[in-house]
Amino acid sequence: MKPFEYVAARTIDEAVEALASSKGPAKPLAGGTDLVVQLNEGRITLDRVVDIGRIPELKRVDVDAQGQLRLGAAAPCVDVYSHLNVQRLFPMLVDSASIIGSVQVQSRASIGGNLCNASPSGDSIPTLICLGAQAVIQGPSGRRVVPVEEFCTGPGQTVLQPAELVVEIVVPAPGENEGGKYLRFIPRNEMDIAVVGVGSWIRWEPQSGRITDARIALGAVAPTPVRAPEAEAALIGKEVSWDVIDEASRLAVNAARPISDVRGSAEYRRHLVSVLVRRTLLAALERAGVDVKDLGGEAYAG
Amino acid sequence: MATATQYRVIGTRPIRPDGYGKVTGKDQYGADVILPGMLYCKVLRSPHPHAIIKAIDVSKALALPGVMAVVTGDDLPRIESSEKVSSGEETIEARFMTALCLAQDKVYFKGQPVAAVAATSLATAQEALSLIEVEYEPLPVVDDVLEAMKEDAPLLHGDLYTESLAGKGSKPSNIAGRVEHARGDVDKGMAEADVVIEREFRTQMVHQGYIEPTNSTAYVAPDGRITIWTSTQGAWDIRNQVATILQIPEGMIRVIPMEIGGGFGGKFTAYLDPVVVLLSQKTGRPVKAVMTRAEVFQATGPSSGTYIRLKIGAKRDGTLVAADAFMVYDAGAFPGSPVGGASVTGLSPYNIPNFKILGFDVVTNRPRVKAYRAPGATAIAFAVETVLDEIAERLGIDPVDLRLKNAVGPGDRMTNGVPYPSIGFRELLTAVKEHPHYNAPLEGKWVGRGFAAGFWMNGSGVSTVHLTFNTDGTVNLIEGSTDIGGTRATMAQIVAEELWLEMEEVKPMVGDTQIVGFNDGTGGSRTTYSTGVAVWKACQNAIAEFKVRAARMLEVDAEEIVFEAGDFKVKGHPDRSVNIREVIRNLRHTGGHFEAVGVSGGLKMAPAFGASLVDLAVDPETGKVEILRWTQFQDVGKAIHPSYVEGQLQGGAAQGIGWALYEEYIFRDGHMLNPTFLDYRLPTALDLPMIDTCIIEVPASDGPYGVRGVGEVSIVPPPAAIANAIYRATGVRMNELPMTSERVWRAMSQRQSRVEQEAS
Ligand SMILES: Cc1cc2nc3c(=O)[nH]c(=O)nc-3n(C[C@H](O)[C@H](O)[C@H](O)COP(=O)(O)OP(=O)(O)OC[C@H]3O[C@@H](n4cnc5c(N)ncnc54)[C@H](O)[C@@H]3O)c2cc1C
Repeated sequence: MKPFEYVAARTIDEAVEALASSKGPAKPLAGGTDLVVQLNEGRITLDRVVDIGRIPELKRVDVDAQGQLRLGAAAPCVDVYSHLNVQRLFPMLVDSASIIGSVQVQSRASIGGNLCNASPSGDSIPTLICLGAQAVIQGPSGRRVVPVEEFCTGPGQTVLQPAELVVEIVVPAPGENEGGKYLRFIPRNEMDIAVVGVGSWIRWEPQSGRITDARIALGAVAPTPVRAPEAEAALIGKEVSWDVIDEASRLAVNAARPISDVRGSAEYRRHLVSVLVRRTLLAALERAGVDVKDLGGEAYAG
Repeated sequence: MATATQYRVIGTRPIRPDGYGKVTGKDQYGADVILPGMLYCKVLRSPHPHAIIKAIDVSKALALPGVMAVVTGDDLPRIESSEKVSSGEETIEARFMTALCLAQDKVYFKGQPVAAVAATSLATAQEALSLIEVEYEPLPVVDDVLEAMKEDAPLLHGDLYTESLAGKGSKPSNIAGRVEHARGDVDKGMAEADVVIEREFRTQMVHQGYIEPTNSTAYVAPDGRITIWTSTQGAWDIRNQVATILQIPEGMIRVIPMEIGGGFGGKFTAYLDPVVVLLSQKTGRPVKAVMTRAEVFQATGPSSGTYIRLKIGAKRDGTLVAADAFMVYDAGAFPGSPVGGASVTGLSPYNIPNFKILGFDVVTNRPRVKAYRAPGATAIAFAVETVLDEIAERLGIDPVDLRLKNAVGPGDRMTNGVPYPSIGFRELLTAVKEHPHYNAPLEGKWVGRGFAAGFWMNGSGVSTVHLTFNTDGTVNLIEGSTDIGGTRATMAQIVAEELWLEMEEVKPMVGDTQIVGFNDGTGGSRTTYSTGVAVWKACQNAIAEFKVRAARMLEVDAEEIVFEAGDFKVKGHPDRSVNIREVIRNLRHTGGHFEAVGVSGGLKMAPAFGASLVDLAVDPETGKVEILRWTQFQDVGKAIHPSYVEGQLQGGAAQGIGWALYEEYIFRDGHMLNPTFLDYRLPTALDLPMIDTCIIEVPASDGPYGVRGVGEVSIVPPPAAIANAIYRATGVRMNELPMTSERVWRAMSQRQSRVEQEAS
């Protein structure tokens, strides 16, 4: 690791200023569980590291009276998944936050860092996309808001401009009869990178039994997390049934453009997409109040 | 030796004397060594798996402020002979050891050291590496053993000729050695068989995965005397290697083994020690080097990848009649794979009248392999024990019964013709059959139970221990065996047992090469066995002298003294006695202090048999295996400290599970693609089941209390046991390690399409 300057910012403005005024490349450090590893392995070299983990607003986890979640970008995963209202209203976010790394890693790793690191396999990103989350960004030229779905532009690439910072992630309040589930496949049972990650979210209408909205986001099968529009379309307007779920899980594969690498072949990844889409859809439906046992078929909801 | 069967201390579970330092983090490991004026060393490594070094220019690196010295292969003596040095469970030619420290003229694997820097900070040393200019001429790469064996394969070494019993080959080859064992007439045996199974197997390179990275710190004093603080299983091996590589007399070198964070056979080799000595010689300052994990993976010795073809024939009643094994073991860059160990383990547990075993030691452009827990045995056992499972299934015989029917006993012969002394294989198999796990029902879809056995010879070697005595009545025990598995506790237990002291009254420590007499390293499951004998002998020597001293205290002749339950008594006068603690406290007044020494050596073989029994579930859609229940069986002779024996059984099973399901070096053209703990997957706590153990105690023929070495055999059966369980769960026979989710899924899909094809 090359020596670098370390600045601990106390406010958002200080952080932006510290990033903007650096002579060479500078980056924010939230939990550091990606950044420090990258520095250590020489994958990046920085002149300045700006610690944003001491800015109180960035560590906040707030659910307001309407049920909207405002998540400070540097809040560690453990503060997210142990928050009672997050557990009650956003169980899908708990799915993601509670599988990143290990207990030790989760006490530092943030959702903001997971998003800004923009790894195709980042475990929180499909979930944030499914939940319709927005990233609140602040930089030298002020504030702007970008939907998480549009935030990642390539592996490690985002819409962030130099000296810009994600300060908050806003997740809209959940409605009635909605449910979401995130699952990933890893060869081990922890401390692993998703070979494939899938988030599925649905809303249905109990009276008609029809699905009224659906979002499916796939991780680790394209340069960024991607939606699976064909699969979503195959669900919307349909009555919940085993066949509909099965069809959607097959169609979801069309959205995947996986590569073969040491973690799995493209063929295996495509297969896993269909398996995980089916499993997450079943679990999402269950969370939305559908009695999935009535659907027949073999339910492998994980 | 000891005749008592009721022990006071042996077989109990006292707290380990080195426990406090471990749990408080205060113990000193190699990376904790910090000396005044110390410099930091980094090693420049070859980016090419195979290349000629045309030129090295270090001038820019030397000019960097803070850089105190740079060394290359030219700074090491050139060893032209084929002289060998000892390295734990193997020997290696000294010139190849030199090449593992700093390449001379040519690199044979990616990560091979090319130059080393000593600087005032780690960052400076790191920066200096980028200033060293090396001109390479890349050569064709061969990173697969079967490719390397071909006639037209690129040759690694122009001067390597196949060695076998027949002598040396006539032209250079990548096949470094050929081993052969045979008995009877295989063709005739196969012809008599009612069922013959022939299968091919592949296993990949795997690393010991010790958590503490390889490290070394050296200081060369102005008079040339060398001190090395290092992480090693064998301080005397390191001393011998450093002396040979640097052509310095051993007497000039003191090796201090620090606390060790795992070795498993991989820490017998001086990869860094000669380099830091060289840099300290040049600078006059202490120099320290610690490898990164990527360096550990790419530049220390993993275990061989293998190709195995195995054919076994049996009669309808399960009697094995013939076996034919063809094994190729990858040595990496320089000769020395454990194919020899494989050739005398895999088939040795069974009486087979006709067999032929042919093994090859083959070099490739990969890291040079090293010993890893029961070196060579796990891969061949994977083949043997899965083929036996298939035979049992074909014949409708219980898999344990099939083994019982053919199991060796004392007096039977190993594949190399050596007769077994006392062994407990049959007792072990009987214990499996009677175990609740074996008899528990296992229900449900996609679940299966698998069984496999394993064998390892175990080593013995030489150990020296010293006992000295304190005026408070306590005893110091100095051993030279690196304590990896809790041997300070075990050895102290023997002293406490023999001298009738409490555990707390024995103060064990590990000495260095200048404090204690010669010791072979901690490997080959030898320490408790052989060092235990040395401790036992030292105790008997102490007791003999104590008798003389007690006689003086009691004013009788020494012949009249007997030692009973901690008291030295006058024969026939039970009221006239003195306790051993009193004798120790009064040494000064009864003739002065003394030291009791014990040396072991020339012990008989005390082999170990083990077995794994596993229940598991397979996710039919992803191929992922979940282990539900595990029992590890082993004949340990006598468990001195049962907790540490159980720990060895569990540790071996855990590593075996890693081999079976997760671990492998993935290469492309000689480049390892996964040199991190992220993508080289060791099992984590969440991947391992609770590992139940079942200890069987059949006393060994030699040594104290019937002890056998217990460290290694537990890694041998797990992959085969898991493969057999996967078969019962899914109907697919896995013949490649590791059995990753993707490989299992692929095998299941292929089977599914076969089934569908046959149906249509
Ligand atoms: C052992 C281990 C296991 C892991 N397991 C997983 C896993 O299972 N799943 C998974 O998805 N990830 C995993 N990771 C990766 C990592 O922990 C996560 O991505 C984590 O969420 C990153 O958060 P952080 O706060 O540590 O980010 P940091 O490392 O602090 O930052 C990550 C990147 O984002 C930038 N950044 C951080 N915050 C902001 C911000 N507010 N605005 C702009 N840029 C910002 C940084 O500059 C850096 O480039 C693992 C890492 C380790 C070391």
